[in-house]
Amino acid sequence: MLGSLIIVFREVIEAGLVVGIVLAATRGIAGRGWWVAGGVAAGVAGAAITAAFAGALSTAFSGNGQDIFSASILCLAVIMLSWHVIWMARHGRELALEMQKMGAAVSSGSRSLGAMATVVAVAVLREGMEVVLFLYGIAVSAHVGAFSLLSGGLLGVLGGAALSYALYRGLIIIPLRHLFAVTNILVSLLAAGMASQAAALLASDDLIPALGYDIWDTSWLLSDGSLAGRTAKALAGYTDRPTGVQILVWGLTLVCLLATERFVRTRPHPSPSP
Amino acid sequence: MKRLFAALPLLTGMCLFPPVQAQAQTVFHLTLKDHHFEPDHLSVPAGERFIIELENQDSTTDELESYDMKFEKIIVPGSKIRVHAGPLHPGHYTFFDDYHPDQAKGTVTAEAKP
Repeated sequence: MLGSLIIVFREVIEAGLVVGIVLAATRGIAGRGWWVAGGVAAGVAGAAITAAFAGALSTAFSGNGQDIFSASILCLAVIMLSWHVIWMARHGRELALEMQKMGAAVSSGSRSLGAMATVVAVAVLREGMEVVLFLYGIAVSAHVGAFSLLSGGLLGVLGGAALSYALYRGLIIIPLRHLFAVTNILVSLLAAGMASQAAALLASDDLIPALGYDIWDTSWLLSDGSLAGRTAKALAGYTDRPTGVQILVWGLTLVCLLATERFVRTRPHPSPSP
Repeated sequence: MKRLFAALPLLTGMCLFPPVQAQAQTVFHLTLKDHHFEPDHLSVPAGERFIIELENQDSTTDELESYDMKFEKIIVPGSKIRVHAGPLHPGHYTFFDDYHPDQAKGTVTAEAKP
């Protein structure tokens, strides 16, 4: 039971961190609960479908199918996260003002929700696929104790969900004036982390140059295998022994995103909407 | 348009440098049977990229993973996968089946060339 609890908990945390940040970043936008729930549902469905075709996916692209698929959906999530950051740069202030004035959710933000729902779906799909295959394997094997393993899995899901809710509650303690500034940084780090993970996957299959291996080794400090290391990876793309291309892509994504955000935010725009 | 700007680094990375030519890398063959790797130990040359090819003879879906060699790939029953690893510094490394981590474990020793 403990084994399945741990493996499921681990994957759910990784997706849950993304969901927690997305919930905080879309605070006050009317209907976001439905969009995020829809993203989770789409992710679960996608995970089940992908798991069913795991064999075909493995053999696709001369055996690199899994990595190319993961890298592609990560890139999609990076684009959606970027879209949100830049959208918030334009509308974040008016959104916060309106929320303070009305003390309620505002509908003007619904445009950004589709992008964030996509991000949630991608995060859930990636981690969910492993959980689905793992639990399916338990369910089909006539293994003694399958029930306890499955209940372990369920506890893992609940534990991971509780942690992402805690992250969300922790984030929304931040006063509204500063909340979106903080979530914008978190979302930018998520984007940089996902872009660098995509680069790592492609470099691992020798599809793009690695530009050097083991640029540094911080496994003594924070190991990729530890829960803290996995959390740092999910939040910001941490890895204990990065390749050159990972660092390059991480830095470029972050710099481009923050520079564009700043440019959009400080530029006076004559028409306040849409 | 601006969101494309944000995705630019990745695209630049992909386009600027053409894909690496597939050099002849040593392939090490492993099988997974009864949730054990066979062989469960590999000696590889340090400082070189190499490939581990795994054949799954079990009836369960497994996941070949290594933290210190940075690979992670799902393998369905009766199939073969390849993961790339290295270049490694001389030393000991571990890999395992993430779905049966207590049973299926293996080690890699990277040795410097004399």
